[in-house]
Amino acid sequence: MTPEDFTYLSELLREQTGISLSEDKSHILEARLIAVVRAFNLTGIPDLIALLKQGDAEAMEAFTETLAVNETMFFHDIVAFKHLEEMVFPFFLKNKKQEEAIRILCAGCSSGQEPYSIAMQVKDFLEKNPALKVEIIAIDISSAMLSKAEGGIYTQFDIQRGLPIKMLLKNFTKKDGAWHINDDIKQMVTFKKLNLLSDLKPLGKFDVIFCRYLIKHFDVILKPLILDKLADILNPDGLLFLGEDETALGLTDSFKSIVKSVPYLFQKVSE
Amino acid sequence: MKTFLVVEDSKIIRTIAAQALKDMGFATIEAGDGQTALDICKKELPDAILLDWFLPVKDGLTFMKEFRAIQGAEDTPVIFCSSKTDPEDIQKALDAGAAEYIMKPFDSEILKLKINLIDLEQE
Repeated sequence: MTPEDFTYLSELLREQTGISLSEDKSHILEARLIAVVRAFNLTGIPDLIALLKQGDAEAMEAFTETLAVNETMFFHDIVAFKHLEEMVFPFFLKNKKQEEAIRILCAGCSSGQEPYSIAMQVKDFLEKNPALKVEIIAIDISSAMLSKAEGGIYTQFDIQRGLPIKMLLKNFTKKDGAWHINDDIKQMVTFKKLNLLSDLKPLGKFDVIFCRYLIKHFDVILKPLILDKLADILNPDGLLFLGEDETALGLTDSFKSIVKSVPYLFQKVSE
Repeated sequence: MKTFLVVEDSKIIRTIAAQALKDMGFATIEAGDGQTALDICKKELPDAILLDWFLPVKDGLTFMKEFRAIQGAEDTPVIFCSSKTDPEDIQKALDAGAAEYIMKPFDSEILKLKINLIDLEQE
């Protein structure tokens, strides 16, 4: 891949997804795009670039899907989910009107492990507090990942990463060697295809947003922009969970840290 | 340093698992069958156990029953590790007192993630 090719492709990726790639990742970009080149029966990356420049929608979708970040697991950092159960749900149970649902957004949901982890945690809480109403919306840029998420079928490898064994037995059914998430959990999550760079307002307002291990891949200029977009769709005092190695502090004034022991949990600053 | 007892009859799996645990900062003791493991526990209790199901002399379930009868071993976390992957079998291991369950084959990442799920504070 020539330096010019890399510049064009990395700019296009940034424009389409917000993901930033440094030049030392050139070989990764090339290795991933070879699969797209083959799928479209092209002879090489220059042909793919030509298709992308023509605005071919299918090639563009394959390009963004191949390069999207899909690293995920069940109950990633279990402590974050314990905070949901011990702190966040009781807070809203006390402060929400009876008919009002807690709305949770899972941004960048990949193949569904995170929104389903939230749903399993919600189910456990509801067993003790049936008055709570919860709505979970999960968005991702990739049609392929959303399709896997909606299917709710996972391999033995998937279900061994982060998922407590009791949660597995309670919420999954084994069929033909694969693990299918049960319908009651599946029905708690609504999946939508949406790019974080696009208009998020049609999703409505949320009380809690999970956007974990995503903004670290974004361009430094886009990070504050994305955080402000998330703040815009949070209710007053709404909460934002980022990844353990991510922060909103220093990037935007829209969020403040609220619990010292949970440095990746932020609250929207009231206007 | 916390001590993990690795009970596994396959020397290869036992060695790989013990090395992975050492890399995570645990001291390890190894046993190739259920009776040897019990004898070790009667002398000195480990902080946690990685336990295979199919073992010579005394299998994993039998080991669990006798292990829990040892004074002080009531709450020691045990991670079962087996090629049995049906929910009914996993439930049997949980009923016997397993804190977590690993389905074979597994890698060091899965082992680490499972350890994160059990109550085992590292010093």
